[in-house]
Amino acid sequence: MGRFKLEGPRAGALVMAACLVIPFIDRNGSHINFLVDAGAFVLLALGLNIVIGFAGLLDLGYAAFFAIGSYAFAMLSSPQFNIHWPIWVMFFVASGIAGIFGILLGAPTLRLRGDYLAIVTLGFGEIVPQTFLNLSQYTNGPNGISSLDQPTFFGYKFGFNPVPYYYLMLVLIVLAILVARNLRDSRLGRAWMAIREDELAAAHMGINTTAAKLSAFALGASFSGLAGVAYASKLGLVSPDQFKFNVSVFILSMLVLGGMGNITGVVVGSLVLSSLDRFILPQLTSFSHDVMHLNIDFTNSRFLIYGIIIVLVMLFRPEGLIPSRQRKAELHAGDTDPSVAAQEQQEYNKAGI
Amino acid sequence: MRGVTQRFGGLVAVNALSFTVEKDTIVAMIGPNGAGKSTVFNLTTGIYKPTEGQIFFDGQQISGLATDKITKRGIARTFQNIRLFAFMSAVDNVMTGEHVQMKSSMLDSLLHTPRQRSEEKRVKARAMELLRFCNLERDAENYARNLSYGSQRRLEIARALASDPKLLLLDEPAAGMNPKEKEDLIVLIRAIRDSGVTVFLIEHDMHLVMQISERITVLDHGEMIAEGLPADIRTNPQVIEAYLGAPTI
Repeated sequence: MGRFKLEGPRAGALVMAACLVIPFIDRNGSHINFLVDAGAFVLLALGLNIVIGFAGLLDLGYAAFFAIGSYAFAMLSSPQFNIHWPIWVMFFVASGIAGIFGILLGAPTLRLRGDYLAIVTLGFGEIVPQTFLNLSQYTNGPNGISSLDQPTFFGYKFGFNPVPYYYLMLVLIVLAILVARNLRDSRLGRAWMAIREDELAAAHMGINTTAAKLSAFALGASFSGLAGVAYASKLGLVSPDQFKFNVSVFILSMLVLGGMGNITGVVVGSLVLSSLDRFILPQLTSFSHDVMHLNIDFTNSRFLIYGIIIVLVMLFRPEGLIPSRQRKAELHAGDTDPSVAAQEQQEYNKAGI
Repeated sequence: MRGVTQRFGGLVAVNALSFTVEKDTIVAMIGPNGAGKSTVFNLTTGIYKPTEGQIFFDGQQISGLATDKITKRGIARTFQNIRLFAFMSAVDNVMTGEHVQMKSSMLDSLLHTPRQRSEEKRVKARAMELLRFCNLERDAENYARNLSYGSQRRLEIARALASDPKLLLLDEPAAGMNPKEKEDLIVLIRAIRDSGVTVFLIEHDMHLVMQISERITVLDHGEMIAEGLPADIRTNPQVIEAYLGAPTI
């Protein structure tokens, strides 16, 4: 999924080619299905990376925007209100709505930093799915909205075949990666990083910190709007319990594991955690049942296992699997003498990371 | 600056202070620790809003404006405790300083339009020029935090100059510098003035202050106790008293 090493065009092309042929090699529908779901989480992780990784705003309620994107699609593209906007329009509409909510939820938190910001966003993350649950005359409450419109592309019906969704997701991810990279290497990206490093000094550079922070919230949220539309349309239904707090934590864990701030790292981190969730833990469970004759259910203790993984990452590789240059330097400050560090940086520059 | 007072609770940090910094000069502000010098800077750049009084810049009132708006008007500063973007490279620090000089919108940033790319190129070239000006070109790609103390101080100056200010506030620019670095700093500050930027600095190093400034303002307990030419300040009995204490009988 996505391009592995953005700045290495050859590596990117290779990964892209591999992604394109996967459905031809692996004809197992459930595998492709899994990849589509994993792809939604790649999009979410890329969006959260803008908020936390670039701008340094610790958002613990990111699933709220995923919910808003999904519900926007469910309400405007289903028999619910008999509105049937095509999915291609909904990508713009839903990411726009999610972005607006990103601003609405971001605005009251502008004066908050660090722990305080985390607590308020945590609250928003709880409020939004709860609201969808309670507005039952519009959302059918706990039953959710079902039989959502299935996408068509110039007359081709997606149906229940996961392969077209797979390619759709691939396109979305490539776009999201390009957007995230462009933003990072721009005036706005530098403003975000300056705010992350020192907000007061950033204001002295003439950066309107209010606008910059709101744009990080809005753009981050709009990614989850895309993910919400794609995910909901594939699943065919939305319900409030898909967007609980554990989803926000799951996405955050992807960033921590992969390497906050690094686009490649975030993509890898989300793929690793998704496959752990869907493949490795169920496999381990059946292994323990069938081969070891033990009654250990790894899938039920998944959050314990994620917790352990996060703790281990924090202890042994706090910068994540594929760290951004900054995070690595930040967390290993003082490990090496400056000359070695400078040399390392030059190598990093050469490698184009 | 006209009749400016800043109170923090019951503490009067700056009391009814009025003074003027003339264009194209180098003016120093001195005074014992806690005299309110940094507070004057923080008032000027909008970190605090004055409890009373007004601050004018280029004939326009700036007191009460947000910090980023004041930077846009043409005031840049450095900090007493260095506040660089530690985990950004030196050149990125300076490019961030050029923020107000750039016009790229969010959409330009998103799409990397040709306009955005040419602007990025221009801004980077200008940043390298400023690094050269401050004798930092060798450190362009290094993280700000990995630079030596003196280099970090100069990088803060380069970053402040990047916004193309009319007035540059330097908060103890020579702190922690060795004699050689101080000599270079004097040359640098004069070059900045000659390029048409007014320099207003806080400094404890009297040798440097006397050598470089055209006028000196002396602050004590938030009030101005003297103002004038370096030679006059040197012999002013009130200034000597503020620094060494009143003679006891």
